Amino acid sequence: MYDRNVRRRRAVLLLLVGGSLILLTAYFGEAAGGPLRSIQRGFLEVLAPMQEGASRALKPFSDLAGWVDDTVAAKGERDKLVSERDQLREDATRADSLARENAELRKIVALGEESGLKSSRPVTARVIARSPTIWYATLTVDKGSSAGVEVDQPVAGPGGLIGKVSEVSGGAAKITLITDSTSGVSVKVALTGVGGVLKTAVGKPDDLVMDFVSSTEKVKRGERVVTAGSRSSRLESLFPPGIPVGVVSKVDSGELDVYQRVHVRPFADVRKLDFVQILTRPKTAPELTAQVP
Amino acid sequence: MGIPVAIRLWVLGVVAVILQLTAVSQVTLLGVTADLTPLIIMAVGLLAGSVAGACMGFGMGLFVDMALLQTLGVESLIGVAVGYGAGRLRELRDPSHTLVPVAAGAAATAIWTVGFSVMQFLLGVDAPVSFLLARDILATIVVNAVLALPVYALVRRAVEPYLPDDPRRRRRRAYTTGGLSPISRA
Repeated sequence: MYDRNVRRRRAVLLLLVGGSLILLTAYFGEAAGGPLRSIQRGFLEVLAPMQEGASRALKPFSDLAGWVDDTVAAKGERDKLVSERDQLREDATRADSLARENAELRKIVALGEESGLKSSRPVTARVIARSPTIWYATLTVDKGSSAGVEVDQPVAGPGGLIGKVSEVSGGAAKITLITDSTSGVSVKVALTGVGGVLKTAVGKPDDLVMDFVSSTEKVKRGERVVTAGSRSSRLESLFPPGIPVGVVSKVDSGELDVYQRVHVRPFADVRKLDFVQILTRPKTAPELTAQVP
Repeated sequence: MGIPVAIRLWVLGVVAVILQLTAVSQVTLLGVTADLTPLIIMAVGLLAGSVAGACMGFGMGLFVDMALLQTLGVESLIGVAVGYGAGRLRELRDPSHTLVPVAAGAAATAIWTVGFSVMQFLLGVDAPVSFLLARDILATIVVNAVLALPVYALVRRAVEPYLPDDPRRRRRRAYTTGGLSPISRA
């Protein structure tokens, strides 16, 4: 009985495998219009209406399943796109930041070449903290006494003077900006040499006021203002002469006033500083005079 | 195996292939479509033995080849292997664990998909094997393994009452219900 079953099983297996191989060989070797292909096409003709009917009947179910699948796929795609968007935003922000840093550094380099600040041993420092108030009073930079920075050294930014070092630690320094209310810089109009003291109005970092300018002096809008670098026994200027500070934006003069108020728009925007240059060996006025032949 | 069972298996095969071609193939899961054909063949093999499994595999494979205008004999050859293998598993081991259909379904799908790919290459499909193919095969195996248990349950429901009673299963049923258990006798 057992042998008969085994023999039957093997015979069936042999028959089916043989049948498959015969079909395979015959189908593979026959021409496009061969009998097997004709049978296949005929079978499809018969099956097609059944398939169509079943397809219509099952469409709601396949649509439902497709909808579920699409929803899951869409969620996955959304998550992927969100992370891609975040990455692109991050990249764009970084690119913007780098472009701005690059522009600032270029301006600083240009300032050094134009104003002869290179000989003042400038140390380029990155701004690591800034005063969060509207007073635009101080900045903290990442260079300190270990880089040769000392208190009262002048600091230039992209475009011109921005302030002086007020406190120093080993690896950082605090800069008091020219827009700080306690700040006062002796400046002069570059072309005419008309001098004055530059002060600020709180909350208006882009509008400095040049005070103590005699009403008799002629100051025109658009003239450049630079540091005077004066050395008097009473009040020695910390800033070397000739550093660009800003441009005259407006002149207020009353007929009865002794002094006129000259408004100066600074070249350096203290609200958008990323890099500054600390002049660790500023040249004072006599030194500069001695250099002139 | 009597005529009623053969007719039931034939109907089951036809309905399954039409369902596969018209509905299941249009739904993607994990980026692939489920393939009920190897699962049905595996289930019939596990329930009815190697001869019935091999016949079911041959028949369903041939039906798929005919319906899809593929090279005749390819799917039927692989179907014979799947059905016969599942049937021999039942005849030699008679596994009774609930999760056997899952493992058998995964194995059947692996044989079905890999076998089909190999046959295509043997028949002269001149395409480089990409990682995508391996990934799709793996995903199909996973999807089919998930579907194996419900498909097996459905096939069992449709076929088992008409199958001749297996003495080994009858004995096992008697033990599990307590009829022949030495403990119940004591």
